[in-house]
Amino acid sequence: MTAVATTTPVAVRRTKRIRWQRVVLHLFLISLAIVWLFPLLWVVYTAFRPYSDTAGPDGYVSIAKTLTLDNFTSAWNGAQLPQKFLNTLIVAVPAVIVTLFVSSMLGFVFSRFSFKLNILLLMLFTAGNLLPPQVIIVPLTKLYLFLPLPKLISDNGVWYDQYFGLIAINIIFQTGFCTFVLSNYMKTLSKELVEAALVDGASVWTIYRKVILPLCRPALAALAVLEFTFIYNDFFWALFLMKSGSKRPVTSGLNDLQGAFFTDNNQLAAAALLVAIPTIVVYLVLSKQFVRGLTLGSAKG
Amino acid sequence: MSGPIASGASAPSGPPTGGAVVQPRRGRKYSLLTRRDKTTLALMVGIPTFLCLFFIWFPTIVSVLLSFTNWRGISAITSENFVGIKNYVTLFTTYPFFWPAVAHNLLWLLFLSFIATPIGIFVAVLLDREMRGTRIYQSAFFIPVVLSLAVVGFIWQLMYTSQGFINSVLGTNGRDNTIDWLGNPSLNIWAVLVAASWRHVGYVMVLYLAGLKSVDPTLREAAAIDGANQRQTFIRVVFPVMRPINIVIIVITVIESLRAFDIAYIINRGKNGLELLSILIVNNSLSEASLIGFGTAIAVVLLVISLVPITIFLVRTSRSSAADQI
Repeated sequence: MTAVATTTPVAVRRTKRIRWQRVVLHLFLISLAIVWLFPLLWVVYTAFRPYSDTAGPDGYVSIAKTLTLDNFTSAWNGAQLPQKFLNTLIVAVPAVIVTLFVSSMLGFVFSRFSFKLNILLLMLFTAGNLLPPQVIIVPLTKLYLFLPLPKLISDNGVWYDQYFGLIAINIIFQTGFCTFVLSNYMKTLSKELVEAALVDGASVWTIYRKVILPLCRPALAALAVLEFTFIYNDFFWALFLMKSGSKRPVTSGLNDLQGAFFTDNNQLAAAALLVAIPTIVVYLVLSKQFVRGLTLGSAKG
Repeated sequence: MSGPIASGASAPSGPPTGGAVVQPRRGRKYSLLTRRDKTTLALMVGIPTFLCLFFIWFPTIVSVLLSFTNWRGISAITSENFVGIKNYVTLFTTYPFFWPAVAHNLLWLLFLSFIATPIGIFVAVLLDREMRGTRIYQSAFFIPVVLSLAVVGFIWQLMYTSQGFINSVLGTNGRDNTIDWLGNPSLNIWAVLVAASWRHVGYVMVLYLAGLKSVDPTLREAAAIDGANQRQTFIRVVFPVMRPINIVIIVITVIESLRAFDIAYIINRGKNGLELLSILIVNNSLSEASLIGFGTAIAVVLLVISLVPITIFLVRTSRSSAADQI
């Protein structure tokens, strides 16, 4: 009892100190967050101002006299952004779907069946995903120029400079990461499930399709969001495997903007912002999925 | 049906007979598979494995082979194209951009490891508590992560150009006194590293925060009862149990520094102070010079360095999956 009596004033002092600490913490976090968002906010501010407004003696650090959407419309039309956004969809949508399909099958086999080669194969895929893509780009470009592809899906008869080729390399490269995540996820599912289904005479395919896939829905949703962003953000593959500017997705299309808008920072800002908006919106709407996708991958590995 | 499974271990092994009949062999799982099931499994694994080998590992091996040639990519390769280790000798001794590129990649690694990563961990520790607005703070730090490095390059150009924000604030946006952040070869690598860190911090923060949330709360309670303060609890108790996440973050940081490409390429094609191994590969091999042999020699150097973090990661993963099966 005496102990309780003596600790009470200390506890009061403690809560006061904690409250004061909280205020300092919030002030610190708010200022850091503002510093962090500043470059992005600066782009937004610049993009809404006409060039004439920023050409004065004070340059860009001045109060805006007029705000306009002109930069967005001219960037949108001048840089062929509608076509490039369409290209992004043409590449990213099938790539995400096939990547998830393939890696869920791989994850299923690696996590549910203890074949001797499993760990080795999982390593093969994971290592492939971790490899810097620049290591293979030179032979891959030559391979793409050489490999035939039916005229139906390729206007030049090879894999190079084709949507198909770009989709394929994105799938192959991303499968490693998704397989890793999904096989870890599937290991957490009950082992008896598959055995019971096998005993009931279900085929492996039925088990994959009817038992495992539905249970993996949360992980698949998280990965779909994450993979869409990864592929949307791909700069490197499209830059070197897609030669025609008109067929490039929007992120690698940024590379072509450099020349077109070099003198006009305001239009550059508007274009960069237009390219950034989809991923920011995806994150703000689906932030839970997004973060879960990232952390699933690191939870065990 | 359960009888053969139970006696599976003692049953003689034999070739699969097909049909839905139980086929007892080594493990229980094999025993229930029909021939059709085995075909399904073989296809599920076989096709992706073939594609992965053909499009990733085959080009990797070809890169190694090409690095011993002086092939320019036009005519067929003959035995005369093989020049031994000449490309490597040139690379290490006379090529002026190789060692600067190595230094820049190393600087990239050190900067991300000792500046960006600790900031990310620090922010995660600050945010790991019951607090109002923690989601908003998280989003603020995480938004740069969802942007592509190419967009990050553009965003920071607006900060760094002669009319950009930094020069304007410093009053150096005139003609003579402007600080050429992106053009000055002794400054631009630092400018780019700040931009790269802007994105890396959020990445580390979100990974670390997830790790912190999964730390058993009783550990902290125990530490608090033992009289440890917050700092001691973090350093002595939390940080050690976060080992798996720490390793993931180290691997990610190393890989990101080796892959570094987009920002520098967007800013000036990786020239004049922004040389990186990844960019030298494409500038030599996929440019008009078309020095395929020489470029792939750089690729092999990058490959060998990359295999270090990749191996660390794989050894760790295989250990933990071996532990799972026990």
